[in-house]
Amino acid sequence: MTTLLAQQPGTPAPQPGRLSQPYWDGCREGELRFQRCDVCGTIPTRPSAICPHCHGRALSWERSAGAGSLYSWTIVWRPQHPAFVVPYAPAIIELDEGAFLMSAMIGCDDTDLAAGLRVEVEFHPASDTITLPYFRPSAGGAAR
Amino acid sequence: MPHPFRDVAIVGVYNTVQARELPDHDSASVELEGALGALADAGLTPRDVDTVCTQFSSEDVLALGLGPCTTRGMLPRITSVLDAAALIATGQSDVVLMAAGGAGVYTDRTATAPWTRPAHEFVVGHGLFTAAEFALIARRHMLTYGTTPEQMAIVAATIRNNGHVNPKAVYYGRGPYTPEDILASRMVADPYHLLDCSTTSEGACGLVLARADRAADLATTPAWILGGAGDSMGPSYHIAPRWDMQGSTDPDIPAGYVGRRAARRSFAMAGLHPSDVDVAEFYDPFSFEIIRQLEAFGFCEDGEGGPFVAAGEIAPGGSLPITTDGGLMSFGHPGYAAQLVQRVIRAVEQVRGSCETMQVPDAEVAICSNGGAGALFTDVLLVGRERP
Repeated sequence: MTTLLAQQPGTPAPQPGRLSQPYWDGCREGELRFQRCDVCGTIPTRPSAICPHCHGRALSWERSAGAGSLYSWTIVWRPQHPAFVVPYAPAIIELDEGAFLMSAMIGCDDTDLAAGLRVEVEFHPASDTITLPYFRPSAGGAAR
Repeated sequence: MPHPFRDVAIVGVYNTVQARELPDHDSASVELEGALGALADAGLTPRDVDTVCTQFSSEDVLALGLGPCTTRGMLPRITSVLDAAALIATGQSDVVLMAAGGAGVYTDRTATAPWTRPAHEFVVGHGLFTAAEFALIARRHMLTYGTTPEQMAIVAATIRNNGHVNPKAVYYGRGPYTPEDILASRMVADPYHLLDCSTTSEGACGLVLARADRAADLATTPAWILGGAGDSMGPSYHIAPRWDMQGSTDPDIPAGYVGRRAARRSFAMAGLHPSDVDVAEFYDPFSFEIIRQLEAFGFCEDGEGGPFVAAGEIAPGGSLPITTDGGLMSFGHPGYAAQLVQRVIRAVEQVRGSCETMQVPDAEVAICSNGGAGALFTDVLLVGRERP
């Protein structure tokens, strides 16, 4: 049993792309954003110029309330990059708005992780310019 | 209608020495050894080749003194074998040379394949890498169907034991392994222990396809492409590998079963069913991927892959022997593309009856695959002894 913590700055940081810049700007401002198609409501898997469902060009950024549930996770004991402190828990989070997010779990023990665990976002800086979203169990966080 | 690949034969296959390191080679030089070996196996020379579909296609045209000839720039994999076969079937080519290899590519941090170490923005910050991405897929299956680490360990022990007895495997003689040995190895990315994961190594391989009438003049026993297709759900190692991700091509097939559409098309082309398959040369990047493929390709029902392996079906002498040379876990994982083609090579050796170890008696139909759900793609090929 080991408590999961956010990584310290110095791990490899993402390079924002042209389409994803609003997402990373939001993280730095403490706001979790996702894209949604104005026409059909589809949420693309990653920031996109074209809706993957109706192929329309009108996609808008929305703000997530930052709450969701744990969809899948792993506990890494042998890091990909030596800067990462183990164990860490990469996790796929299903936001209540319907978006899926690649993130990591913190603020609990590795043995606490369970499907459907209620979680909420918490931001931690990874570099001077990049802030990463992490998730911790919500207060009163039983699976719903 | 005649079979689309009736006039296409696989006439040469070859693996170079596979080793943890081949210090006298780089990827280009070892790949050429794979190419020359496959041509020699076919009883052909480079001068017989009119299409080069290798890891370094245009470089190899020059290196082998060929030209003018056709090239294909893609990394060789099962879909490339199908494209090569189509070049012959449509009269664009008579003899296609395929080869791939890796040496000197595991240079800095030797235990993770560098092409799977992403700098992609949505995975890099959270320390994703191959084992972790494939673990996110396996976890969903565990949650949905109750698949266990013990069942995965049976897969890993089975494949590693196939390599243990294969003198050409990188990890020849390193076993035998019990499932308990797999579970006792150190954890990499839960549920994957070290021995649930493929190895990294160096080496190369080659494959030669020829028009059937050319094959008739050759000394080798040809093998035949009975069916094949490839499935993709998007770019590998860029996004969260989510089991339930769907696309419009077939919304009933989630990313976790990528390869199911390809398998259905392959069996339809062949006019065969999974029960007709004698041996499964499945791609084995991680142990759970075998359980997933058994279900995706129709060898058992969804969720029954774990019980299938626990019942001994994939064991030597079972109903469906798998990955008989030791696969990526033990035979070799030489980098970028070679291991993708090596599954085809082993399938050819099985239907030829030329395997030096773990030959499945009277194998007439072999299935092989490459890719994996964690990488969002899976290709399928059916290889047979009889001309379709």
